[in-house]
Amino acid sequence: MSTKRAYDPVPLVLSKTIVYRASSAAVVASVLILLLVARLFQLQVVEHERYATQATENRLTTQTIPPPRGLIFDRKGNYLASNRIVPSLAVIKENVDDIDNLLTNIRALVDFSNAEESSLRTRLENAEDDEKVIIKRDLTDEQLAIEAVNRHRFGNILVITEILREYPYKELASHVVGSVRQITVEDLQHLDPVRYRGSKFVGRRGVEHYYEDLLHGEIGIRQVEVNAVGRVMSEILVDPATRGQSITLHLDIELQRVADEALGDRRGAVVAIDPKTGGILALVSKPSYDPNVFVTGLEGREYDRLSARADAPLFNRATQGKYPPGSTIKPLLGMAGLAVNVIDWELEFDDPRGEFQLPGSEYVYRDWNWRKSGVGGQGQVDLFRAIYRSSNIYFFHLGAVLDIDTFSTFLGQWGYGHNTSLDILDADPGILPNDTWKKENTGDSWYPGDNMNFVIGQGFTLVTPLQLATISTIFANRGKWVRPRLLLSSEQPVELGEDFPPVQGVVESDWERMIEALTAVVHRGNKGYLQNGLAWAHIGRNIPYQMAGKSGTAQVVAIPQGEEYDEESLPEEQRKHALFFGFAPVHDPVIAVATVIENGGGGSENAAPIVREVIDSYLADFVATNDE
Amino acid sequence: MNEGFGGRSTRAHHHFFSGSYGQTFKFDIVLITLTLLLLGFGLIVLYSALGQSWSGILNQGIRLCLGLGCLMLASQLRVSTYFRWAPTVYAGTILLLFAVELFGVASKGSQRWLDLPGLPSFQPSEFLKISLPLIVGWYITTRNFKLKSLDYLALILIVGLPTGLVFLQPDYGTALILLIGVAAMLFLCGVRLRWFAGGLVLVAISAPIIWNFVFREYHRKRIITLFNPERDPLGAGWNIIQSKTAVGSGGLTGKGLFEGTQSHLDFLPEGHTDFIIAVIGEELGFVWCATLLCCYLLIFSRLMYLATTATNGFGYVVGTGITVIFFGYVFVNVAMVLGLLPVVGLPLPLVSYGGSSAITTMAAFGVALAVCTHKQDLEK
Repeated sequence: MSTKRAYDPVPLVLSKTIVYRASSAAVVASVLILLLVARLFQLQVVEHERYATQATENRLTTQTIPPPRGLIFDRKGNYLASNRIVPSLAVIKENVDDIDNLLTNIRALVDFSNAEESSLRTRLENAEDDEKVIIKRDLTDEQLAIEAVNRHRFGNILVITEILREYPYKELASHVVGSVRQITVEDLQHLDPVRYRGSKFVGRRGVEHYYEDLLHGEIGIRQVEVNAVGRVMSEILVDPATRGQSITLHLDIELQRVADEALGDRRGAVVAIDPKTGGILALVSKPSYDPNVFVTGLEGREYDRLSARADAPLFNRATQGKYPPGSTIKPLLGMAGLAVNVIDWELEFDDPRGEFQLPGSEYVYRDWNWRKSGVGGQGQVDLFRAIYRSSNIYFFHLGAVLDIDTFSTFLGQWGYGHNTSLDILDADPGILPNDTWKKENTGDSWYPGDNMNFVIGQGFTLVTPLQLATISTIFANRGKWVRPRLLLSSEQPVELGEDFPPVQGVVESDWERMIEALTAVVHRGNKGYLQNGLAWAHIGRNIPYQMAGKSGTAQVVAIPQGEEYDEESLPEEQRKHALFFGFAPVHDPVIAVATVIENGGGGSENAAPIVREVIDSYLADFVATNDE
Repeated sequence: MNEGFGGRSTRAHHHFFSGSYGQTFKFDIVLITLTLLLLGFGLIVLYSALGQSWSGILNQGIRLCLGLGCLMLASQLRVSTYFRWAPTVYAGTILLLFAVELFGVASKGSQRWLDLPGLPSFQPSEFLKISLPLIVGWYITTRNFKLKSLDYLALILIVGLPTGLVFLQPDYGTALILLIGVAAMLFLCGVRLRWFAGGLVLVAISAPIIWNFVFREYHRKRIITLFNPERDPLGAGWNIIQSKTAVGSGGLTGKGLFEGTQSHLDFLPEGHTDFIIAVIGEELGFVWCATLLCCYLLIFSRLMYLATTATNGFGYVVGTGITVIFFGYVFVNVAMVLGLLPVVGLPLPLVSYGGSSAITTMAAFGVALAVCTHKQDLEK
């Protein structure tokens, strides 16, 4: 052997073995190639259909296009509810293999609370495989920048754009407009699964809820080609969504603001109605809430948090708050007496001491303190004086001669005990008691003493601020009914419902005389004595237009016989409710308003100024608009 | 052994190039034509697979030209030159493989690349398709084609060292192809079948020992996953499902060039590199896939034929070695894409995007041409 290992050619001799082995190598290679060709044939010819289908399923996805929700405007075209496009983080359920890993990635991008985490877990569990589950809504620019920088690390987290509902006036109109909320599993049981496929929100409260059908619109379908990570590459077929109808409300957001500010931080409600149309111009309930949290929040806890508050901001006091009507019931009772002819405008009762006793009873019913000295009655009192001075004694006398069922039937015509609104589904009917009602609810008969409470608006009778405003509307219209409504117009006309027949049994002269008396509440009072507790003292001394109205002060707790009501010594929640309704101008009313302030004290002192502020503002605006 | 080879011949003169190459420029028209057809076809498919990027095609075109240059150059060198330089080339490759082990660049879970300053990054394991046939041919020739037991032990060490290094990168596919390539070389030069039986027994005995004592836990895990892609449904399993879907959905004549949805919507991973045949299958269908495989078979046949026409044993051994290893790459790659073999991450020679594989494959063709067709060393 060569130690230099230089090339030392060994000639190749093609022996039998070499030829044989080289040939077998060629055969083996051919067989292997044939094997591959056979495999290709199997995949591409025999099983072609299957793989072709698979490839199509890979690339084509049907997506639903949620329709843009209809907008909600106030009467002057201000947006009460609009839509905005926001960037949100989402993940497609089937792309999540490790939820803990996903959560780690999310936390690297945005702040993510434990509540959000548990909500995300629940929603992921309930989602369809190809559904985009929202992780965080309405990303800030900074969060978007962080996502963009880290996109390669978190391939399965997507930034998508969502159309979100927005309520520009936040707390101000929330009790009217309501809000949308995330569709929950329970919602899906009664929502049309086709129509709501792809919708994330449904109207939950207020107008958003009542006009859901109009506002929602019709879903669209889009077939798209997607790549391996689910990014849409092209559109194959589009059946566009039909946007929801926009609607306009009677609401005047500026008037709403005036009412809201007039009420201030007090708990209570203000409702203003256009007596010509029944359109609700303002409907304030305080405290209120920002409906936007139901839209962007994903935890599902916002509702619980708000419901847990002692001052119940979610509770719509204007439509659901029930209060004793107090003296605001008196003009109606007077009308009842006139209607059944047990009284007339001439009839007088003597009130020497401000006290009243039912025949055969020791119990003394007292009037409120008319004079500064706190003693003495109002003398000879006819109906007119009984209204503007709010005499209890007069109505005790009336209550002694008229039975509850007559009162009750008459008051039913005014909307007592009914939800008379056309498009406020959850407005409370209040309570209009009668003999039967009392038996059913207390097991006891109606006693004469119940009548005494009834005629001064205490006892079982309860009324909502909306009902009080409706009553004001009926007075303004001299008995003619226009039912309260929120909707002014929609793209396609909506049949809201019939109005009621006018209040029966009261002649026109009675209406005019009663309205005179209500006007005297504001303009006459007991002039010269400012502390007499009448509305005139608080709103009537500088009023440039004619306004009619009636105050009420409703006791929350019974004051034992012989004891004085001392506001200072009572805890706040036991203090009297302040009520007032009014309308103006008296001869051609354009606005009727009612307000209730919970535990707000005297109606004339506290509630009447709110009504006046609202009417002042509306009339100023009304005159300005009509002068143009 | 030594059944096929004669005794020593006279020594040749040592010229770097074959003498008077003006007249005898070595050139096999059949092989070159087949290679060019394959390259052209590959570029067309790559144009689609790269998303119709001209810059990518330009890059690949430059690499292919470089490869063709290597082929031309390598085919002009003398057999004796290859013989003399075989140990050096081998040692150089081993050095580079150690360098990969120490300073290599990791990508997709294995460390195969070397990024030396001033050079484009490359895979030293690709050089083994040349240096391994050369060293095996050299060794057998120095033993005058008479191998004794100790020679087999030496061969096992010579082959085992680089193959082991490749295995540890880990690049199981290349390691396996190299081992089978060397076995095929020995088979083709007439080693008695009992040695192969002995080899099998050796593998059967050593495999459990290597498995348990040489391999670390992650080696074992990777190999298990290799054979159970469903254990890794978003990794290797995903690749196989998507490549089969791509190929199968292509049907008989394909969806048309640039029309492959699997490829262009990123369902198919590595569409321009290891899984290029799936793009061909999807866009051009069974007809062109089969044609492509036939083309590979023709290249294989031509190279085998050229090896049998070699006038010397060294040329025959080296030529068949290069041919078998080339074929091994083709088969393992296509079988992997079609779901017949585990996904091991190998390119399809001459078609896949990338420089190392194409250039070394063409250089290997050049070497095969040189050692199989040069007659001067014997004639002189």
